[in-house]
Amino acid sequence: MAIRFDPDKCNGCGMCSRSCPYQAIEIEDKKARWLENRCTLCGACLESCKFDAISGDIPVRETPDFSDYRGVWVFVEQHDGAFHRSAFELLGCARSLANELGEPVAAVVLGHGVRRRAGELIAYGADQCLVVEDPALAYYQTCTYTHVLDVLIQRHKPAILLVAATHLGRDLAPRVARRARLGLTADCTRLSIIPDEKILLQTRPAFGGNIMASIVTRYSRPQAATVRPGIMKALSADPSRTGDILVEEVNMAECREFTRVLECVMTENSGPDLSAAKIIVAGGRPICSEKGTAVMREFADTIGAQMACTRVVVEEGYLPVECQVGQTGRTVRPEIYFACGISGAIQHKAGMDGSRYIVAINKDPDAPIFEIADFAIVGDLFDILPALTRAVKEQ
Amino acid sequence: MIVIVLMKQVPNTSEVRIDPKTGNLIREGVESIINPEDRHALEAALQIKDSTDCRVIVLSMGPPQAAEILCEALAMGADQAILLTDKAFAGADTWATSTTLGMAIKRIGDFDLILAGRQAVDGDTAQIGPQVAELLGIPQLTYASKLEVQEGKVIVERTLEGSCERIESPTPVLVTCLAALNTPRYPTVAGMLDATSDRAAIELWNAADIGAKAYEVGLLGSLTQVVKTFTPKEARNTRFLEGSPAEIAVQLLDAFREKEIRLGE
Ligand SMILES: Cc1cc2nc3c(=O)[nH]c(=O)nc-3n(C[C@H](O)[C@H](O)[C@H](O)COP(=O)(O)OP(=O)(O)OC[C@H]3O[C@@H](n4cnc5c(N)ncnc54)[C@H](O)[C@@H]3O)c2cc1C
Ligand SMILES: Nc1ncnc2c1ncn2[C@@H]1O[C@H](COP(=O)(O)O)[C@@H](O)[C@H]1O
Repeated sequence: MAIRFDPDKCNGCGMCSRSCPYQAIEIEDKKARWLENRCTLCGACLESCKFDAISGDIPVRETPDFSDYRGVWVFVEQHDGAFHRSAFELLGCARSLANELGEPVAAVVLGHGVRRRAGELIAYGADQCLVVEDPALAYYQTCTYTHVLDVLIQRHKPAILLVAATHLGRDLAPRVARRARLGLTADCTRLSIIPDEKILLQTRPAFGGNIMASIVTRYSRPQAATVRPGIMKALSADPSRTGDILVEEVNMAECREFTRVLECVMTENSGPDLSAAKIIVAGGRPICSEKGTAVMREFADTIGAQMACTRVVVEEGYLPVECQVGQTGRTVRPEIYFACGISGAIQHKAGMDGSRYIVAINKDPDAPIFEIADFAIVGDLFDILPALTRAVKEQ
Repeated sequence: MIVIVLMKQVPNTSEVRIDPKTGNLIREGVESIINPEDRHALEAALQIKDSTDCRVIVLSMGPPQAAEILCEALAMGADQAILLTDKAFAGADTWATSTTLGMAIKRIGDFDLILAGRQAVDGDTAQIGPQVAELLGIPQLTYASKLEVQEGKVIVERTLEGSCERIESPTPVLVTCLAALNTPRYPTVAGMLDATSDRAAIELWNAADIGAKAYEVGLLGSLTQVVKTFTPKEARNTRFLEGSPAEIAVQLLDAFREKEIRLGE
């Protein structure tokens, strides 16, 4: 990439100097002169010259040849040797991408004493499991994990790398991406393969869920994405699946870990595990009273559902923060989601619009929640919920 | 001590609305604000300045209009404000943004601490902090809900899913901040007047100033490309249930029974 200049054609008219946004061209003795340290190779001067004194090959971006990059990788998050549920979801998603490409799925596990459980990952869809065992990997630390993952990527050249968009994944993935020179798409909710190009289409919400953006990575490999937990479907475990478990050696001495963990306290998870719930009864502002929560709880208990809510209810202190569904809360995907007295703000919908069936109960016939409901009930939840409870008991 | 705060101007996303006809974002009339968590990052820097000898530099990449947030930052008490603004920076993904911020930080020179928000509400990527830290070859501490600065090191409490970690790092280090970290102060009226009367207080740097080639930054320097945007719409056939509460309840149970779901079992 360069700007070429033919001094014989230059008459010092100064057009180029005026066209330069960076004051990188000076006229000296009736000739243009470039200040190397100011020129950004933006190409603005090319068109300015009437005498063809300036030419240059300014970026036509070429797509590099990535034909030796193969396979779909899932980074497997583990805590104390137990795999995070997101790993199984990612394997399910990776499986379908890999089938589309006709390439294998590899699960990548870093830890200490994790090898003996690797078979589980094969059962959930991996063809291969790459394991790196080291005492330094027992507990997650950014720089150590970055080093190992980067080494593996350079060694094996996968085409796609998926990391769960958990706290750990969102700490690790951007660091790895910067080191391995990868584009990275954050918090994807949908992934697919563009059939003719065979590249990964990464779809994610932006502007607080108001719009969706579909993104591709044309200029780097692997195509890396973090994936929102709770969205992708895990396959059911198939113990008869077979695959290779490969132990990889990585030189740990090459990496410098700066940080030191002083203490790690488990915070009590008082709420239910919403991500596993089959039926969820969720309440909004009108349930913010003793009576409101009681009515909702009775219905939820009657049908064996978990309780959830909007942010308002958490802020008012009627349910714990673990119950909050939405952009800043949990993402859930139950069979049935009862939205009771919930207006349907975009930040709330972001966490529940993947539910199989949505039942909305709201006094206001124009409430936005009805736009995404399968069953719409315009009415007072203090009438409807008790009626539903009764009907279930009587059936 | 020198603290650099990364700040981004963002649209107030809770006000963002979709045009129901075109499906496009309605940006007119939507207020631009300091990304909420960046305000907490700035407050953390100012609290350090309250108790020790410290210089707070705020740094933002954005269109010329983003000077507004830097004015506000000066009014809150920042010492120096730098706006990275250039047509060449436009259309950057997080790779190109972190390149730009990283090159600017290298030009600033010495620093002890970089503070950023965890994520920006327009993109929600949470990638810039770690990417800038990696580019500079310094450690990162993300999700900080407490920050303590000592001689040559920081101790941070990280609020994670189901756990809370106390972690120590030598400086220089980059910390990404949660809202739980502190309560930001208001800009003072006097500070506001000072900051707005003298716009020259904000330094404007372009690509050449940070030694970036046009192909390294902005859209050209990006490794990812947005191929389309659309409004999320789940195709659902909404069925309105009508009648008395008891009738509605029976209709709903029947509807689920048809789908082979029996409530209450
Ligand atoms: C950055 C950001 C992140 C956010 N993250 C989240 C998030 O993660 N999760 C979340 O939920 N919100 C989130 N919010 C808040 C969100 O914008 C809404 O304010 C919130 O979801 C509204 O809650 P609501 O529906 O309970 O209350 P409201 O909007 O007040 O709606 C109450 C509804 O109840 C109906 N109603 C009232 N009384 C009755 C009755 N007796 N019977 C039947 N219907 C009745 C009303 O018609 C109304 O539609 C976020 C906001 C921002 C800015
Ligand atoms: N254009 C920008 N200029 C300055 N800081 C930024 C910019 N973009 C992101 N940041 C910082 O990086 C944090 C995370 O942003 P993001 O990765 O975009 O979610 C923000 O809270 C800011 O502190």
